[in-house]
Amino acid sequence: MNKKLYDKLIFELSHPGRKGYSLPDNGLGDTAHGTDKAAALGASLLRSEKPDLPEADELTVVRHYNNMSTNNFGVDTGFYPLGSCTMKYNPKINEEMASHPGFASMHPAVGQAAQGNLEMYWNLQNALSEIGGMSEFTLNPFAGAHGELTGLMTIRAYHESRGDTKRCKVIVPDSAHGTNPASAAVAGLEVVEVKSRPDGTVDVDDLRPLLDDTVAAMMMTNPNTLGLFEKNIPEIARLVHQAGALMYYDGANLNPMLGVARPGDMGFDVMHINLHKTFSTPHGGGGPGSGPVGVRKGLEQFLPNPRVIRHTAADGKVTFRLTGDGKALGQVSAWLGNFAVQARALAYILSLGSEGLMEAGPLATLNANYIKEQLKDDYLLPIETVCKHEFVFDGLKDKSTGVTTLNVAKRLLDYGFHAPTIYFPLLFHESLMIEPTETESPETLDRFIEVMHAIAREARENPEAVISAPHETPISHPDDTEAALNPKTTYIKD
Amino acid sequence: MHKYFPHTAQDIRRMLATCGVESLADLYADVPEELRMKAPYALGKGKSETEIRRYFNALASKNAPVEACFAGAGVYDHAVPATVSSLAGRSEFLTAYTPYQPEISQGTLQYIFEYQTIMSRLTGLDVSNASMYDGTTATAEAMLMAIAAGKKRRRILVSATLNPRVRAVVDTYAHYHGVPLETIPQKDGVTDLSALEQMLQAHADVAGVILAEPNYYGIVEDFSGVADMVHARKALLILNCVAADLATLRTPGEWGADIACGDAQSLGLPMSYGGPYLGYLCATKALMRKMPGRIVGQTTDAEGRRCFVLTLQAREQHIRREKATSNICSNQGLMTLCVAAYVALHGANGLREIAYRGHQMALYLLDRMTAEGGCCLKYAGKPFLNEFLLKLDVDAQEFIDYALREEKILAGVAVDGDCLLMAATEMQTKDDADRLAKAYGRYLNIAKEHKAARQ
Amino acid sequence: MIKYSKTHEYVKVEGEYGYIGVSDYAQKELGNVVYVDMPEVGDELEAGEDFGAIESVKAASDLIAPVSGEVVEINEALEENPRLVNADAMANWIVKVKIADPAELDSLMDEAQYAEYIRK
Repeated sequence: MNKKLYDKLIFELSHPGRKGYSLPDNGLGDTAHGTDKAAALGASLLRSEKPDLPEADELTVVRHYNNMSTNNFGVDTGFYPLGSCTMKYNPKINEEMASHPGFASMHPAVGQAAQGNLEMYWNLQNALSEIGGMSEFTLNPFAGAHGELTGLMTIRAYHESRGDTKRCKVIVPDSAHGTNPASAAVAGLEVVEVKSRPDGTVDVDDLRPLLDDTVAAMMMTNPNTLGLFEKNIPEIARLVHQAGALMYYDGANLNPMLGVARPGDMGFDVMHINLHKTFSTPHGGGGPGSGPVGVRKGLEQFLPNPRVIRHTAADGKVTFRLTGDGKALGQVSAWLGNFAVQARALAYILSLGSEGLMEAGPLATLNANYIKEQLKDDYLLPIETVCKHEFVFDGLKDKSTGVTTLNVAKRLLDYGFHAPTIYFPLLFHESLMIEPTETESPETLDRFIEVMHAIAREARENPEAVISAPHETPISHPDDTEAALNPKTTYIKD
Repeated sequence: MHKYFPHTAQDIRRMLATCGVESLADLYADVPEELRMKAPYALGKGKSETEIRRYFNALASKNAPVEACFAGAGVYDHAVPATVSSLAGRSEFLTAYTPYQPEISQGTLQYIFEYQTIMSRLTGLDVSNASMYDGTTATAEAMLMAIAAGKKRRRILVSATLNPRVRAVVDTYAHYHGVPLETIPQKDGVTDLSALEQMLQAHADVAGVILAEPNYYGIVEDFSGVADMVHARKALLILNCVAADLATLRTPGEWGADIACGDAQSLGLPMSYGGPYLGYLCATKALMRKMPGRIVGQTTDAEGRRCFVLTLQAREQHIRREKATSNICSNQGLMTLCVAAYVALHGANGLREIAYRGHQMALYLLDRMTAEGGCCLKYAGKPFLNEFLLKLDVDAQEFIDYALREEKILAGVAVDGDCLLMAATEMQTKDDADRLAKAYGRYLNIAKEHKAARQ
Repeated sequence: MIKYSKTHEYVKVEGEYGYIGVSDYAQKELGNVVYVDMPEVGDELEAGEDFGAIESVKAASDLIAPVSGEVVEINEALEENPRLVNADAMANWIVKVKIADPAELDSLMDEAQYAEYIRK
């Protein structure tokens, strides 16, 4: 990463009269074709002024964005131990397949004439069903949060189909990510929090009295937000089902379960998967993602339209069809979701195969425990137990130095690492959440451990150096208050 | 081990010892035995890159080939410059997460800020967010935003001329969120404005009115006076617009809209069989703090350097939880880079030239199709830019299938059985239009013969 | 007379009117206030219901009405400079209401009770 700030904006490089495009000859020449069938587009329907947009030649544009990219840190740049985000390696072959000209140039209205595309969709949903222990997946949701919303709507559609309309609540652990309650609210459900026990797992005794015939679902991750496996999951599922509600699995933490256990076998009825976490599709600075939703047998008809179905004719010929179901929750996307993201995930699953997938989860867990065990002397580990793919420290052990989790995170940037997730979960004041993933080598982990120890040492010996970090990044200490107080969200020439 | 995993057997032994356990299975001692997988996944052996390429090539060969595309309906066949694809492939952009650490994410923050500026200038509205998933969800979010701004008002009126796929997603969100939704009828292919006025009079609780420009049939509607009518009833005007057309057509800002939303696929994103695209959402300054999603803002750092951060985060789900306007916790980062680079390459002149080419080809196509007979413009006498609805004498889907099979041309999108929605861009040639029109002429005869044979 | 709610709003009573704001404790907890979302004059507040929100850079909190009543004035100075809340939370009230039911004041805490409440 380049530590010198590239500070230009494209508007400042604009030069009237320059252009970076050329258009193909369409054979119609310059003559305007009039028609008496439609009215002409009158001035009142056109914009009064040309928009003020940049004008630049191709090389200027290329250099501008390339220079900008050097101020960015990605998985391809260095270690990215961002807890709950599963920043694993994004394989290059996935990118090549996503931009395969046979798919990338296809208009979605081609529909069933794109048999290859539908087969790809079906194969991926089938593989995810195998991995999730589900009956069918829809790949239509665009992201994890969109998957949550779709999953909760699926659950509501199921209850509605039985005429059970009083189920308006969803139970969410108090350790859950803020997206869970937000998704529930958008889906028209009321959120009820269930308490965690001191070890971060769901308190079954607190759950029992919450369960009645107004509960639509219980929403959980497993392992939970602290990276701990919910051992009581069979009991929880039994209680929830007894109350007539469904179990929802938030797939944010699916990665360590690869090769170990399947949500369907744990008693979950509906789940979503983040393809951009567990299945290696790149995060793209915020998106695009993909959040497929799976359901157990008997709930398939409630998944959003359109669905892709495999049809075998009497003569054995297999075709794939787009269908819709009247019982479905409705549509959550215009077409079939983020198709090019799905292509990447399928390429990843094909590359790993069964054997590779079986290895992935345990290695992610090994990497996390390896870091945890070696840092717990300097960092406060609130729950002393084997974790799964991630774990949470409650800041530095030595609280006398005045060095906070935020300071540690910023100091890490100086050493060339991305920061862990900080101040989440809310269960601790100084949460520092580390998730290494399975694609990092022991040497990378060793270097990270060494740096984390060095920062703890600095905190003791020279706390100011940590508190004032970062020192070696393109910018330092941006003024967040000023940004929120007087928002400047578009470029205005000085 | 698989090539993505660096661990040797020796590494694993050493690491397990550090963790104080003997085997990888010991790390899962807390998973009850009955929950553990009893057999490996039934997913076959891992494939080499060569085998993966063969696999995808084989799938691609099963797709019907398309040499020219006259389908639109919200997704348009525009050229994607090599520059755009190449820049989007830069791994510093591609493999970064959401820019939570602004010190090492200025690249992402800078291009999102450029994107916001571009969308604000295109729509003529003050503020743009950092993008939504696509045009359908952006419109649904615009509806939720109007409700959040409307305090106790919750009713939403939607024009019958809105793209039915957008409407389907809006319907889903409305149904589960408990939003009363009503359809403003259409008259001759455009929103019936007198019906809208009556509906506004009839209900005191209207939070927002959703209209489309151009509408689903490609018609450019005249919204003169609409904003005043809507604002007089304290409701918000939401316009769903095709992003590429915003450089040419009267803007949402000029129509007096409060919120503009829609898909920006038409600004440099490949059609990719439906995604990933990008939904844009812009609004007036008064509504800035009701906007869902990420927003990037300009500020300065400790040394006074201009820099960018995620701002106004107090609106968002990770802080507001169930009280947030929306549950979205991401944006289409990489796609906003594509839009910024695409617009930088084309400028206003390029976008207008492309819009003109689409208009020119659409007029030519309309003339050629109608010259074959057996079809006419469904809503005659209305202005359009690059998309129009033809009423056919035959079943539209059957003709689409025929043209795809015989000419490798995607003729359009079937609407209501006998109508064909056709769109043109800079990508089709005169020859494509001629071939398609001739195919229609032939198909009319085939259909006639079939009909005669049946009688 | 000044009374406090458990959600850290205060109401300063002057005759039949009440000035509602957030306590000094609340402004400290929030940190730099960047925005105050206020109701409009004429809106009816209902005790226990939210009537707006107060935002800092990294937090947001609903404003819960300690008493019911019609909004007769909003503190427009906060639109320009929301950080006045940090400067002096007691002087910079958010809305002025015409108190609908003075009996509601009885269920609120007085200063001593509130001091004890936040000490816990």
